[in-house]
Amino acid sequence: MAIPTVMGTEIEFGIMVKNDPDFDPISSCVLIVNAYREDPDGKILWDYDQENPLADARGFQVEGEKYTPNQQENIARNKTLINGARYYVDHAHPEYSSPEVTNARDLVIHEKAGERIIEISRREANQLLPAGAQMLIYKNNSDRKGNSYGCHENYLMDRRTSFKQVVEPLLPFFSTRQIWCGAGKVGSENRNHPCDYQISQRADFFETEVALDTMVTRPIVNTRDEPHADRERYRRLHVIVGDSNMSEFTIYLRNGVTALILSMIEDGAITQDLSLRDPVRSIREVSHDVTLQQQLAMDDGTSRTALEIQSGFLEMALAYTSSRSLDPVQKDVLQKWQEVIEALARDPMELDTRIDWVIKKRLMESYMSRKNLVWDDSQVEMLDLQYHDSRPDKGLYYLLERQGKVERIVSEEEIQQALFNPPRDTRAYFRGECLRRYPTEVFGVNWDSISFVLEDESIKRVMMAEPLKGTSEFVEELFERSETAAQLLENMES
Amino acid sequence: MATFIRELEKRARARDSVEREADPMPLYMAAGEQKQKSKGGGGDDGDESGEGGQKLAEKGGELKEEMDNLLDEIDSVLEENAEEFVKNYVQRGGQ
Repeated sequence: MAIPTVMGTEIEFGIMVKNDPDFDPISSCVLIVNAYREDPDGKILWDYDQENPLADARGFQVEGEKYTPNQQENIARNKTLINGARYYVDHAHPEYSSPEVTNARDLVIHEKAGERIIEISRREANQLLPAGAQMLIYKNNSDRKGNSYGCHENYLMDRRTSFKQVVEPLLPFFSTRQIWCGAGKVGSENRNHPCDYQISQRADFFETEVALDTMVTRPIVNTRDEPHADRERYRRLHVIVGDSNMSEFTIYLRNGVTALILSMIEDGAITQDLSLRDPVRSIREVSHDVTLQQQLAMDDGTSRTALEIQSGFLEMALAYTSSRSLDPVQKDVLQKWQEVIEALARDPMELDTRIDWVIKKRLMESYMSRKNLVWDDSQVEMLDLQYHDSRPDKGLYYLLERQGKVERIVSEEEIQQALFNPPRDTRAYFRGECLRRYPTEVFGVNWDSISFVLEDESIKRVMMAEPLKGTSEFVEELFERSETAAQLLENMES
Repeated sequence: MATFIRELEKRARARDSVEREADPMPLYMAAGEQKQKSKGGGGDDGDESGEGGQKLAEKGGELKEEMDNLLDEIDSVLEENAEEFVKNYVQRGGQ
């Protein structure tokens, strides 16, 4: 039996300051993250003791220096929010890591809450800039000059499923799923063949099949083995191959379908071998062909299109789910995925309200035809960038949303609620509620732990190795009995 | 699997012949509206004569206006000096 779904996303945003010759990305990121103030004393740490990004899922430890900032730097770069998210500076980008959720609908709500939080921060930060300067933020993955930053998905998996079983079906799945979850990009980069427009923001940057790196020689399947949970029972699949999506529908499918495929892997339901001969070559070929006609060389000597490969996965998913009861969100995800695969087989442009790369392509082509522009005009590049702009009045995705030109999955009210409320059905609830109720007593936080500083200045750490414990069902009553963190700890012991 | 794709295509074609109308132009619509559009037609593809044709033309006019409004709004928010702007958008590599 596959384990229940627990997942989340980490979004790195692009950042620039207009009219500021002294723009420094790192200090701008620090400014952004600190402009969003929840923690009254501003002294809660991120607990780096619990981190191990150099463990490789293939069973070894890679040598390297582990990052441990001093206390001041730690506080300046890290915020843990009462909605259970982590909001921080990662290298030279502000990053929002959503709290753990159990279904694709909640994932959309919490990823979108991250977009709202980054925009609130941007506006606050702008007040502190010199006159005329303006901070701008983009939820995309590339500056179109060869620099990329990520949108990572995380899925909890059963440790009993071997990493080899995970990798084999995922290489063709990840190389081709972009046809329904790519965010679209004008032109190519990283020494790839020139093109007018391609399906994925990220495909140009994948150079190897399986590896630990995330910043150079990026792999299609990442091997970081840092479960942030009981490592005897779980692994965390760290997916770095995806694009930062704006469309709620696309985000919903991206995580919903991928979670379903992972359950199928755990249950041994991958019955077709869809292995590609050269996944690294294929991922670029797929991205560079908006007609979806490109034939990809398969391991067995035949050739198939990306759509045929995705249809193979859909066919297996329909067989897998026919004998299982699905919850309403899973059912809806599967139905929408099927609709999308069918539409792609007819005409991808039918998806111009649903799938980012198609929405954006339609927008650009309409604008180009009115203005007599060609793909390499700088105004077209500007449209591409501004589709991902975080400002509700200037971002082109938000403009389409406002005009009802894109299909939504959740309501604005649900998103606003998620700014201040953690999901109730994962350990994010315990984390968020501790931060809300005992902000002055929380000392440090990580995904799988939270520590408190007590009156005698001793530090006590509570481990949360089970992502599905610490839910409102289990701990709400405990919180109600505990006015202080010290009482909470006492009540937990008794 | 090729059979599966063919089946998908066959089903899609069957549905198309019942539900789809000729698109007057590329357009944006909310999903709700799109459904209405698919079901509302009833007539054959490309029926340009009589009442149906007139309705189609009216609808086409509305949609063109809607698209024009959208493109006008884009014009009003698009960053000026696009060339300079996109040239200056440089990021450090992330993960």
